[in-house]
Amino acid sequence: MPRRAVRNESASAGGPQHDLDLTQVGTIVAEGDPHGNLIALLQRAQQEFGYLPETVVDEIARLSGVPASRIFGIITFYAQFSTVPSGRHKICVCHGTACHVAGATRITEAFEQELRVNDGGTTGDMEFTLDAVACMGACSQAPVMRIDEETYGNLSADQTRRIIHELVRELGLDDVYGGAEPDAAARAGGESDG
Amino acid sequence: MAEPAGASGHRAPADGVRVAVSPDGGRGGGKRRVSVCAGTACVFAGSMRVRDAFVAEIEAAGLTGTVEVSIIGCHGLCSQGPLAVVSDGDTYYPKLKVKDVKRVVEEHLAGGQVVEKLLYVDPATGERVACAHDIPFYKQQTRIALRDVGVIDPESLDEYLARGGYAAARTALTTMTPAAIIEEVLASGLRGRGGAGFPTGMKWKFAASSPGDVKYVICNGDEGDPGAFMDASIMDGDPHAVLEGMTIASYAIGAHEGYIYVRAEYPLAVRRLRIAIAAAEEQGFLGKDVFGSGWDFKLKIKEGAGAFVCGEETALIASIEGKRGMPRTRPPFPAVSGLWGKPTNINNVETFANIPWIVANGAEAYAAYGNDTCKGTKAFSLAGKVVNGGLAEVPMGSTLRHVIFDVGGGVKDGREFKAVQLGGPSGGCVPAHLLDTPVDYESLAATGAIVGSGGMVVADDGTCMVDLAKYFLQFTQNESCGKCVPCRLGTKRMLEILERICAGDGEDGDIDKLETLAVAIKKTSLCGLGQTAPNPVLTTIRYFRDEYEAHIAGRRCPAAACVALIAYTIDPVACTGCTLCAKKCPVDAVSGQRKGPHVIDQGLCIRCDSCRAACRFDAVNVVSGPEQIAAAVDAQAGRDAYGNRA
Repeated sequence: MPRRAVRNESASAGGPQHDLDLTQVGTIVAEGDPHGNLIALLQRAQQEFGYLPETVVDEIARLSGVPASRIFGIITFYAQFSTVPSGRHKICVCHGTACHVAGATRITEAFEQELRVNDGGTTGDMEFTLDAVACMGACSQAPVMRIDEETYGNLSADQTRRIIHELVRELGLDDVYGGAEPDAAARAGGESDG
Repeated sequence: MAEPAGASGHRAPADGVRVAVSPDGGRGGGKRRVSVCAGTACVFAGSMRVRDAFVAEIEAAGLTGTVEVSIIGCHGLCSQGPLAVVSDGDTYYPKLKVKDVKRVVEEHLAGGQVVEKLLYVDPATGERVACAHDIPFYKQQTRIALRDVGVIDPESLDEYLARGGYAAARTALTTMTPAAIIEEVLASGLRGRGGAGFPTGMKWKFAASSPGDVKYVICNGDEGDPGAFMDASIMDGDPHAVLEGMTIASYAIGAHEGYIYVRAEYPLAVRRLRIAIAAAEEQGFLGKDVFGSGWDFKLKIKEGAGAFVCGEETALIASIEGKRGMPRTRPPFPAVSGLWGKPTNINNVETFANIPWIVANGAEAYAAYGNDTCKGTKAFSLAGKVVNGGLAEVPMGSTLRHVIFDVGGGVKDGREFKAVQLGGPSGGCVPAHLLDTPVDYESLAATGAIVGSGGMVVADDGTCMVDLAKYFLQFTQNESCGKCVPCRLGTKRMLEILERICAGDGEDGDIDKLETLAVAIKKTSLCGLGQTAPNPVLTTIRYFRDEYEAHIAGRRCPAAACVALIAYTIDPVACTGCTLCAKKCPVDAVSGQRKGPHVIDQGLCIRCDSCRAACRFDAVNVVSGPEQIAAAVDAQAGRDAYGNRA
């Protein structure tokens, strides 16, 4: 199993980034095709910044002449784009049909309880983002999930809890996520897509 | 010049799939091979660790010079993953663990002895089966679209060529006229495999006859139906088949540019397609002057950004143009005015994958499969509560029973078949008494379901049909683009009713309201998403009305699946007091003495199912309905129906 980045290591895609270096936007706009293919340009920008906050959108709009409203229209239309930063570790629980009938809801609930985070949200310490995805195409191993690059199949709620405990221990976060009592302050709320 | 494609024997009949015939075939080299399945499900099950273990163990055994390890696309029987096939005798090793690999290498590869203990066990006979093509799941299939999936290394053009790849495109572009190709496709009877079932040859004819110098051909790889993975398996298991089919189409309709639109969630497909395109371009099978025929065809990949509605062709076109993927009214159809206003032909992945086979083997050979209205074969992804989950390709017109019970091996864990959900969020549920319905567009439409893209999810007696309908509505409601009112608001209202019903707050008249809304949404929505979104609800009401009524009138979920309507209790007689459930309970709702009967506190229980899953004595009961719950709670406390201690 690959070592995951520990808490103190800086993760490129995670963490709130208040001082974004917008110089890259120029290159992205220049190399992209803002009037012909805005989606590809935004995919590249998201790759660069991890998410697409207002400052980045405004800069793209300023440099390309495409109205910010149109850019936001695209960002909010496609599930891939996000206007908020995500946690250092991304948890994707599959909610395809096969996973649903195999109990995916209980897998998501296990995360919600253990990590005190809502589906679609990020923990307050920016460690974990919990997401539901429609189908990963691994239906015969249902229910399945992915944590960062690691994949898991044939899960049960109990097994999921064990995986969470192991993950939390591995990251040295058991002092934070060890207790069972929900801590309202740790909830990030997050944007629900439902 | 290539030999006539029809002569390439190894492409021919796909009856009783030949799986993993050493793909290096004529290439020689004589190396033995271990093919590890790298399909999505196997990867989730850990096949890449198995692959790495093979590499390491083969090296440790000093066999690196004589045995090679390769990956293959989805081999088909995903529920047996991670799996590997050893080239001598096509020996099939399912459910491999990393620790098993050493044995396979030492005993089989080095010692020449098949590892009996690791072979597949046929659940029907209890016997071990060594060879993949002797396994009923594979034997019952007819593979045309999936002919190379799970057979070749998807990242190797040589292996595709060794199986007769690109011979059809070469023949088409160098010896046939576009009109002759279209005639061939028409004669084959091939219909759109994305679900709508429109005759492919006809579509090509429209695009070909549309005036204009600039035309486009698009492959719809936006397989968004949850529970469907055929297209993904083709794209990441046999990407060249898609490229070859598109090349033939480009020539037939007169398009010099093409796009493959791939769903954002399929990074593996994107990677493999990129590798395939680069390899094909290098060999002159794509790009300028394809096969020296003078025909130019430039192919590009467009990655989706996560929107189900983009599977609709006009929405997909908008998305390629870089806009919000919202559908528009038709006509004009894309064949007349599509991408950037130019004539455009859009087909699905599986449709394109069939084309090279049809050109190579002739329309007649393809039309020999299927029934009167639907020719050829269709790939399905079997999932849910079925024994053999995976990829199944059968002739059109096979019955659902054949697919689910003969190929799929029936329902898992000895439970009872309740329904099969076909076509995902646009489709419907077909109940047990209609299992002999032939799988073709018209027959399935008569049941209220659709062939759809090919997702088949089996539901057993533990699946709540109201909850399943709610699940799909949640999906379509979330994915509705919002452009037209019936879909945007109608699906929302339907979902609200379903949520109430599942929460135990259903009201008299809810079923009628659902039906009225469903009909209105179907009739008045702009695109296929809205027009089909009510199907899961309508079919479940049609066949499982009693379940809706039980939820509404009895506050009871007959499948004991709706969390708001169930309770977990412990049978004091069956409970041995092993304390396992108490240890597993995440909220400490289970109490009791060691070796004494345990009790679940209904106020604390979050119904996470951990206790039931852990219990080895079947002592944890799941019950639904107010009286049933009250009785079970009494029984758990050791009281009879009058509240007296027994």
